[in-house]
Amino acid sequence: MPVHPFVATNSRSPGSCSSFDGVSGSSRTATATARLLAEAALEGARRLGARHASFRLDRVRTGRLVLFDGSVHTAHDSTVTGLSVQVWHDGAWGFAASGEVTARSARDTAGRAVDQARFCSALGREEEPVPEPVHDGTWSSGFRIDPFSVPEAERADLPAAWSARLLAAPGVAHVHAKVVAVREDKFYADLAGTSTAQRRVRVHPQVVVAGGSTALRTVGPPTGRGWEYLLGEGWDWDAELAALPGLLRAKQHARPVVPGTYDLVIDPSQLWLTIHESVGHATELDRVLGHEASYAGTSFVRPGDVGGLRYGTPLMTVTADRTTPHGLATVAYDDQGVAAQSWDLVRDGVLVGSQFDRRTARVAGAARSVGCAFAESALRPAITRMPNVSLAPAPGGPTTEELISAVDDGIYLVGSDSWSIDARRGNFQFTAQQAHRIRRGELAGQLGGVAYQSETRAFWGALSAIGGAGTYQVFGADLCGKGQPVQTAAVSHGCPTAVFQGVRVRNTAGSW
Amino acid sequence: MVTPQEIAESALAGRGDRIAIVDETSTAHLRWAGNAVIGNGVVHSRTLTVIESVPGAGIGVVSREGALDRDAVRSAVAEARATASRAAPAPDAHPLPTAAERHWSRPPTGTSSAALAGVVGQLAEVFDRARARGESASGYAEHEVRTTYLASSSGLRLCHAQPGGVLDLTVHRADHTASGWAGADLADPAEADLLAGYTGIAARLDAPRHHVDLSPGRYEVILAPSCVADLMIHLHGAADLQEALAGGTVFSGPDGGTRLGERLAEAHLTLASDPAAPGLDCLPFTVVRAPGPGASCFDNGTPLRRTEWISDGTLANLVGTRHAARSTGLPCTPRIGNLVLSGRATDRTLDDLVAGTDHGLLVTSLWYLREVDPARLLLTGVTRDGVHVVKGGEVVGTAHDFRFDESPVELLARVVEIGRPEPTLPREWGDREYRTAMPALRVEDFTLSSAGTGV
Repeated sequence: MPVHPFVATNSRSPGSCSSFDGVSGSSRTATATARLLAEAALEGARRLGARHASFRLDRVRTGRLVLFDGSVHTAHDSTVTGLSVQVWHDGAWGFAASGEVTARSARDTAGRAVDQARFCSALGREEEPVPEPVHDGTWSSGFRIDPFSVPEAERADLPAAWSARLLAAPGVAHVHAKVVAVREDKFYADLAGTSTAQRRVRVHPQVVVAGGSTALRTVGPPTGRGWEYLLGEGWDWDAELAALPGLLRAKQHARPVVPGTYDLVIDPSQLWLTIHESVGHATELDRVLGHEASYAGTSFVRPGDVGGLRYGTPLMTVTADRTTPHGLATVAYDDQGVAAQSWDLVRDGVLVGSQFDRRTARVAGAARSVGCAFAESALRPAITRMPNVSLAPAPGGPTTEELISAVDDGIYLVGSDSWSIDARRGNFQFTAQQAHRIRRGELAGQLGGVAYQSETRAFWGALSAIGGAGTYQVFGADLCGKGQPVQTAAVSHGCPTAVFQGVRVRNTAGSW
Repeated sequence: MVTPQEIAESALAGRGDRIAIVDETSTAHLRWAGNAVIGNGVVHSRTLTVIESVPGAGIGVVSREGALDRDAVRSAVAEARATASRAAPAPDAHPLPTAAERHWSRPPTGTSSAALAGVVGQLAEVFDRARARGESASGYAEHEVRTTYLASSSGLRLCHAQPGGVLDLTVHRADHTASGWAGADLADPAEADLLAGYTGIAARLDAPRHHVDLSPGRYEVILAPSCVADLMIHLHGAADLQEALAGGTVFSGPDGGTRLGERLAEAHLTLASDPAAPGLDCLPFTVVRAPGPGASCFDNGTPLRRTEWISDGTLANLVGTRHAARSTGLPCTPRIGNLVLSGRATDRTLDDLVAGTDHGLLVTSLWYLREVDPARLLLTGVTRDGVHVVKGGEVVGTAHDFRFDESPVELLARVVEIGRPEPTLPREWGDREYRTAMPALRVEDFTLSSAGTGV
């Protein structure tokens, strides 16, 4: 009989781990079933000669609610359940997955994974993965209200009320609202004896107001929280929605930007995406090694650059972690059974670290993985994915207002919009939801058509001032694509407001 | 094991206006980089999508991939019904297409790693050749078969098995001074010719390597078919009738309405979709698993036929649902899973276009195309793995990849030469729903907005 094992722990603070003793009885049964499936798969792999084998059983539920002018346009609830086995057999890796969740399927899948390894063994061998201490634990992310426990009507009522409120405002002709909620249950076990069960929840509400030929989107980010986030815990939706119509009207009257070079004051709601693309992806070791050469792209960073490459000015310190409370990449264990960690990527402007997993750790000269393996579901192999990557604020640093007041002729950018970066993570272009002219230290109306273009190290080399902890905010992406077969991941990025001098600005309306 | 047809019938049991779609998916993949395999896998899964329509209310959509037993089917139906009963009336509500049957009793088609055995054999030789030439080969091969069963309470019982796949190869010189890319649709793995792809790349890499620095400006470019495919996919993605009528898209009329009937290109270009296109066959009926722009769940099962989106340079049709057709008086023109761009009959290839170019740039593939102005469909993007400088009909050097700004709609008006359409893999959107056949195009005044720094 198919079984539906899943983890159903109570909410705990992020990063906390506990034994199975703290889990409810029904969940214990479910996890016991998962262990039985794991045993069937791992024993099968061991008998077939696999030196390393891991088993994953995932269930990922996604709810998408789309409203147009307050009416529900789409209500889509999807669940992906599956199991998979990854083996290292005679120096070659093999992966197999199935949507059939039975002990027989688990055994068959292990056999297919070993077949895969044999199938590819003639094309080269890979070193043994680095070891990891054995773990046995459960963990749940820091959510208070499981969004799927909220009655569906209630889930639609809130964005509908937001829409009605915005439609009543002058200048707003249409309102698009979307709420995405994800609950991810993952079970992992391997031949070394590690066994982990985790639940993560995230939500992402978005509202777009449109009037005339102009549209403006909320900047409230996706986050590793539950429904409480929509009720104002972690983000002041009331304040953002109240400000939206006025900002839209101002955007409707925006003056076209004059192309040139400007000092940019970049709000965390905009800067996070530039960090994601130009630092986060550029420091993934699999890209550095060329594993994504044919698809997601490589990096200008070379394998020997860690410890010597000047990435930006000394103001730039970037951390990586899988432990930030409510972070979208926060876990207790990664998808290779590695415990969550935090480390520096860039310190005082110099590249000092990278992101890797158990397969690539040796290349980084590391005896242990930093825990960056992730798969969007059991039906995909785990690959190196970005942890939370964040730019540190300046201790005792200035406020955003103080940063703006120090700029004579510049632009203050808020909210991310379009983005594009080349395959080596060098040349890029970003646009914003709002672009405010700065004249003699004061905001002087919105500008239209603003796109900034730069090259990664030139851009971070132009970092001239950085805000204090009071300006620091966490944003993020919940649909970051990478890998073949392509899969998505969610990741958070914290940063302060920051100033970049002399950045090239183009007008997307025509002149360059 | 329960059959997909039984799952579908089980989902339709009981009262209600309902659609059940069962997708049986089987995939084998192989990935390599640095002249070594870095990943492989086989995946089998089954997905049930239940679309419930409640008269006077709306629709509810629930999908379940994996672990599909009878309890899971029952709960999916119950959840879809509960959602539909609470939803606002669907503006596109329409009776479902009437009873029809097509291949309903067929078992699902699968694939396995054996389908990639030929690729594995060729790959060993590619690795050997690349190592000998000081190159690094990376790439991906995937073969997938998705067998779709579409059943409805109105009597539809339709089945279609759609093979698909990707074969791509990137080769970098070890000193990172040059790179090349080749890609192909891998619906039929027996036709995989990785060695031909490698040989073509090697020839480009062996062309004169004199480096030319480019400055921002406008250039004549020859776009390889893959580039044209990525641009046309963006164009087609923006070609929604209802969105155009709402205003603000590149196909919106200046004073309301649409640009239908407007000449977009002097050249005799035709952009069409045809489920029976030879070598590009795709689903012959509409399958909508979730509503979205240009996609109505009520259109599920609608037979598809050849549709011209651009006819001889003139905008002929926009993607329209049955609801859009009813409200505008225009024909129903749903999205179809392939795109073919063609000019007047010609045998001219990419190499012929190069030979006919005095001064220009040959671009191999495009990447990271993103919209910056929906009113013009202005895109920014970068070239990738191969910009070649052409003079006097020959490749005389290479240039770094560069960032460009282009609207695929405006670009059509600047096409000065059209090659013969050939099956191609869009570099950026090759893993999506479109199969494509595109010509190489020679285009004037292509806007290079900033020069890149490497390959």
